[in-house]
Amino acid sequence: MKLTTEEQSILGGGRGAAAQRALEYQIEVGRFWGAKRFVPVTNVHMMGDIEVMGDGGLEYLRAEAARGARCVVGTTTNARCMDFAHCERMGQDPKEAVKERELIATLRRMDVVTTDTCINYQTVYQPHLGEHVAWGDTGTVIYANSVFGARSNFEAGPAAFAAALTGRTPEYGFHLSENRRGSFTVELKAALNDLADWGAVGKLVGEAHQNYYAVPVFHGYHRTPTADELKHLGAALASYGSMGMFHFVGVTPEAPSIDAAMGGVSPFERISIAETEIQNVYRNYSLGDGDARLVVFSGPQQSLFEMKHLASLFKDRKVKAGSTCIVTTNSAILAQSRDLGYAKTLEDAGVTILEGVCFYILQNLSPMRIANRWTNMVSNSAKIVNIIGAHRFNTILRRTADCVDIGCSGILK
Amino acid sequence: MSSITVARAYGPVVEGEAVVSEEGFSPRYDLDRWTGLITKPGHKLEGTSIVDKICFFPTAKGGIAAGWAFYDIKWKKIAPKAFIFGVTNPVMVQGAIFAGIPITEGWDPHPREVVKTGDWVRVDPERRVIEVLKRRA
Repeated sequence: MKLTTEEQSILGGGRGAAAQRALEYQIEVGRFWGAKRFVPVTNVHMMGDIEVMGDGGLEYLRAEAARGARCVVGTTTNARCMDFAHCERMGQDPKEAVKERELIATLRRMDVVTTDTCINYQTVYQPHLGEHVAWGDTGTVIYANSVFGARSNFEAGPAAFAAALTGRTPEYGFHLSENRRGSFTVELKAALNDLADWGAVGKLVGEAHQNYYAVPVFHGYHRTPTADELKHLGAALASYGSMGMFHFVGVTPEAPSIDAAMGGVSPFERISIAETEIQNVYRNYSLGDGDARLVVFSGPQQSLFEMKHLASLFKDRKVKAGSTCIVTTNSAILAQSRDLGYAKTLEDAGVTILEGVCFYILQNLSPMRIANRWTNMVSNSAKIVNIIGAHRFNTILRRTADCVDIGCSGILK
Repeated sequence: MSSITVARAYGPVVEGEAVVSEEGFSPRYDLDRWTGLITKPGHKLEGTSIVDKICFFPTAKGGIAAGWAFYDIKWKKIAPKAFIFGVTNPVMVQGAIFAGIPITEGWDPHPREVVKTGDWVRVDPERRVIEVLKRRA
């Protein structure tokens, strides 16, 4: 890789041992992908909590902090594994809570802004067209690339952290224009009136094209999708297909037309999604033993409008005795939801609102499943339905209002 | 001797027992990160251990959390010796390099024509080649 004078200085220890080690690591990653140089980044979003990092990761961060590691660009954190206000009731391990608190303090000492959100793009930072960032959680990356026209690869925790220390990232993947062109087209003929329908589209398209560099071009939809709809679409594409980018003709900034999105190349495939395909997605979930006692609205965290919608659906209803309904969001949205009364409506109905976490990465989730004798997990998020398999849940995707009905009736259909 | 050429590679030379999967992989979606067993219900390798194995996977699945997961399983001494992907994504590569686990992407020919689970193989990232040293008895 070709290094600038500044990068050579970092490599020589000019900005301290932590930045030096970070750049050495980034060079190895860049070499693997054939990157020719680094690009400066303006913003970093990193995943870092005790559940995903483990003791080894915490030890690593302690050592980096001791080496004087400091973020040189704005750096935020993704959703984490514990809401301290709820961890005892959720049956989470107090020893791990101590580690999580230390981890958060260590990150703050290095100037990381611990926002604990996977919807930074809705609530914290919105990069502009062509802006290079280093983000992780895949849902944040696909949103940045597609909806904002910013440029990021999937940056895993260690890689995003390295970018925070050096202020740059290797130039490969979606930082390069040639990888941002569409590769196949998807005509959307279905109505897609619920967020779960958008996740179902992401599942259908992602499962059939598991490739980071496959870039679908959506077109033909009858109205303008909302930010929350694009969020569920992107999160599911990234989850099922490992995809980092999509275009939506007339909606996303690099797709004024199909031709522009394709960059003059012919699509290798043309598919279309009608109502039947969406219905089949719902139909194909096994209901397992019929257990309807766990309903989750998480992965990604809820936006303010999702909170409002859930509040309207749960208003004057009660979660069925013995059932658990969980909503996760970030501290900013929760504060606004409290002001606006949405949180109270949900809590009055018996819904548990967890702050700063994602259900999927909750510490102690497998033992929690066993202790509660949960076998099924019902959700309106296609992403979380996909990713929770290792914890041995049977998962079922349902539309938002159906999820609320299941939570309040205890009947799974 | 049978061999596979890979397109991109990182890490030192390693030898070990092959596990060849027809299904993609994520250390978060599919793996129990305390035992090293693939536990996702219905995964084609459900019940298989990846500890100390040379793992062949056609694709990578989602998951930024995978980046720390590789370091975590290495720390717990339940990591595989190498990851051999047909198509991978940046997270797998960033995670494997961070953990010091050899990783490769792109293969010719397809492993199913050359190597079976249980065969003893050598991964040479510098030469970008994987060789089958001994067939499973």
